[in-house]
Amino acid sequence: MTVTTTGDLPDEVYDVAIIGAGVVGAAIARELARYRLRIALVEASNDVGNGTSKANTAILHTGFDATPGTLEARLVREGYQRLTAYAAETGIPLEPLGALLVAWDREQLAALPSLAEKAARNGYDETVILDADAVHAREPHLGPGALGALEVPGESIICPWTTTLAYATQAVRAGVDLHLNCPAGAITTGADHHEIATPRGVLRTRHLVNAAGLYSDEINRRLGHEEFTVTPRRGQLIVFDKFARGLVDHILLPVPTALGKGVLVSPTVYGNVMLGPTAEDLDDKTATGSSADGLASLREKGARILPELLEEEVTAVYAGLRAATEHGDYQIHADPGRRYVAVGGIRSTGLTASMAIAAHVAELLGDCGLDPGPEREIEPVRMPTIGEAFPRPYQRADLIAADPAYGTVVCHCERVTRGEIRDALTATVPPGSLDGIRRRTRALAGRCQGFFCGAAVRAQFEAATAAQDRTEARR
Amino acid sequence: MTPTDRTHRTVDVLVIGAGPAGLAVAARLAAAGVDRVEVLDREQRAGGIPRHCDHTGFGLRDLRRVMTGPDYARHHIAAAIRAGAVLRTGVTATGWAAPRTVDITGPTGLERITATAVVLATGARERPRSARLVPGTRPAGVFTTGQLQQAVHVHHQSVGHRAVIVGAERVSYSAVTTLRRAGAEVAAMVTDQPRHQTHPARHLGTRLRHGVSLVTDATVTELTGRERLESVRLRHRDGRTAAIGCDTVVFTGDWIPDHELARSAGIALDPGTRGPATDPEFRTGAPGVFAVGNLLHPVETADIAALDGRFAAAPVLRHLAGVPWAPGPLPVRVEAPLLWISPNRLTPDGPRPPRGRFTLRTTRFLTRPVLTVSQDGRTLHRGRLPHTAAPNRPFHLPADWIAGADAHGGPVRITAD
Repeated sequence: MTVTTTGDLPDEVYDVAIIGAGVVGAAIARELARYRLRIALVEASNDVGNGTSKANTAILHTGFDATPGTLEARLVREGYQRLTAYAAETGIPLEPLGALLVAWDREQLAALPSLAEKAARNGYDETVILDADAVHAREPHLGPGALGALEVPGESIICPWTTTLAYATQAVRAGVDLHLNCPAGAITTGADHHEIATPRGVLRTRHLVNAAGLYSDEINRRLGHEEFTVTPRRGQLIVFDKFARGLVDHILLPVPTALGKGVLVSPTVYGNVMLGPTAEDLDDKTATGSSADGLASLREKGARILPELLEEEVTAVYAGLRAATEHGDYQIHADPGRRYVAVGGIRSTGLTASMAIAAHVAELLGDCGLDPGPEREIEPVRMPTIGEAFPRPYQRADLIAADPAYGTVVCHCERVTRGEIRDALTATVPPGSLDGIRRRTRALAGRCQGFFCGAAVRAQFEAATAAQDRTEARR
Repeated sequence: MTPTDRTHRTVDVLVIGAGPAGLAVAARLAAAGVDRVEVLDREQRAGGIPRHCDHTGFGLRDLRRVMTGPDYARHHIAAAIRAGAVLRTGVTATGWAAPRTVDITGPTGLERITATAVVLATGARERPRSARLVPGTRPAGVFTTGQLQQAVHVHHQSVGHRAVIVGAERVSYSAVTTLRRAGAEVAAMVTDQPRHQTHPARHLGTRLRHGVSLVTDATVTELTGRERLESVRLRHRDGRTAAIGCDTVVFTGDWIPDHELARSAGIALDPGTRGPATDPEFRTGAPGVFAVGNLLHPVETADIAALDGRFAAAPVLRHLAGVPWAPGPLPVRVEAPLLWISPNRLTPDGPRPPRGRFTLRTTRFLTRPVLTVSQDGRTLHRGRLPHTAAPNRPFHLPADWIAGADAHGGPVRITAD
């Protein structure tokens, strides 16, 4: 098992290198790990799932509203099935709450039948149109004035962090090399292999997959391609206190109209309620800040959808950038001559579609001359339970009896124990920062944002990091 | 062992929270002869917030002497143990199985404890940056005072080189002391109020000793910086904007009670304090459940919290003796610009609050305001405060009018002009 964060890259020629360890890159690595290939997953930052993948709306989409006939429609539909099964197998938190697309005016109400029809064309037949009474019966705290809704029972909420981590963990355990802190620079494509310059030396690989998210267009240009340009689309989100969870039972989606998609209100698998996102087209691929205007507009929209939500405390505010392009569909292209596959324009549906994208990319690599050899079984993974739908370690007498560290709560707001933080720090893919601990365990993610436990969690992290440094120094 | 095995016990009094208020009530009850008084704290050490306030000024009102926070915490821990209370740390009350039955998680396993009386003493915390909706990036270097003090005084961690403090109340000045102790320079204190809200001598001392400048009438509009904080952007009330370069920002004050257990029991909260609504005898709306300390008034000094604990002992003893549960039926509400009042329920023919007065907060400076108490349009009391009411500082309303309230009337209203 190899995860590197510093030092020279190994002096070998990989069969496949994947640039970008977001949810898509990690899924591709896991997919390819099912063959006897030498694979490198290289990531610019200090952790997997650390860009667009960490800050999305955390919804597993049925694909009911995709544009029929597109690649995205097919991969979302297929990815939904694959990830639902994978989540059950690995313990990725997932709750099939169902969605309501709530119509607030005549125009939106009139759009519902065509949305149901579109869903059917996407192979999804389970939608139901509800009248106003039925909507309010299902969601008693909904604001006044809802005229009806389209119910989409299959829409689910999922943990995006655990998903990426599960892919990466399984891939690394199956022999994939994960190189963190390894941004890709100039790329030279030779007759036999690519040479990718990185601050940690040259990475050599016969086949190259570009899953660089917001930067996929830049990598693509280095390979001589110009199919797409990424225009980051910022989505700001407000996460409300767990006391808001009782206010809402479904994912409340907006009805898309000519004026845009609007904002959603959704429970999270951690027991909070999320409001957002905004949709702002930007030039800056690092503009992950929130803005006063954005937050004010979210609160205004949220007040209409679920008025009582605004009376609850805010636990977190964040912003993510979707890798939007000028095209309406995913930009997945193979260049067999260069043994190269670009995976660009993967928008917010990428979490849902990730496993299907991976299977699709594996096929395209075949077209590029990759002979994967026979498929093999890879060891299943079981991820720590950080969702609220199943008992957490602090609720488990059997776990605590076996190891009292699971009975020592460190992060009180999220009830994260010393044992879970220790496990995360010593896991196959350990966190590179306190934020990494937060995404793996939920420590520091609660209502106090570290008032009570911030210093203690940092102490545990720094002790583990120091111990690792000592081990590496001895090597 | 199955995943859900729980040991089940009963005690006379279960106190949740071993800060000054919880320890004080436990010490009194145990000293009064109550057999099984158990105090739980989810932290590894008892003592509450004073444990990591490594400066002097604690104990004046309850112990009639002045000591450091850690010494004050130790004093109350020792007093509770000496009196015979059982003190358990590192155990978390995770929820309620029944009205006076609490589920517990600790390193020894899962427990369920049923008590004749439960005393909630879970304290308060500062609202973090996110809850204040301060926009911008999410870099490292963003603290609350609680986190800062634990980082510096308990874990001896580094906290940065140059800091901005948001707030200019008592706790904000503690943050200055802590930052200086950690070797950080304080670039500025920022308050949205027209002046600071601490003791003038404290402010002057801080300015002279540490050269800290105070920016008034300004709000934080944005944090910038990617990995680490780079600056704090401000907007003054007159529209001017500024950016202060810093690698650390401490959001101080803006307290909210840690009311999770109270709320998850379905106990009614007061809309002003956001803590459980309580009467002068510290009774909540749930039979047998009392609340004390900064859970009720976010926040008073530690010694005031401890006095709560001391005063609450008698009502708890009466409950243990079988006196029927009859919490004050009348809500007491404040109107803007007042923020909250404590206690906030009363019984007209019942006892007055301890020390014969209510405690209040205002959201802005009020120069010698006239406080009016009324019920259903009828004035019960009117009096001028002999001093300025400052935000984030207590002021008091005498309670000698309560007998005039109508037990069957509407809410009692407090206004300030």
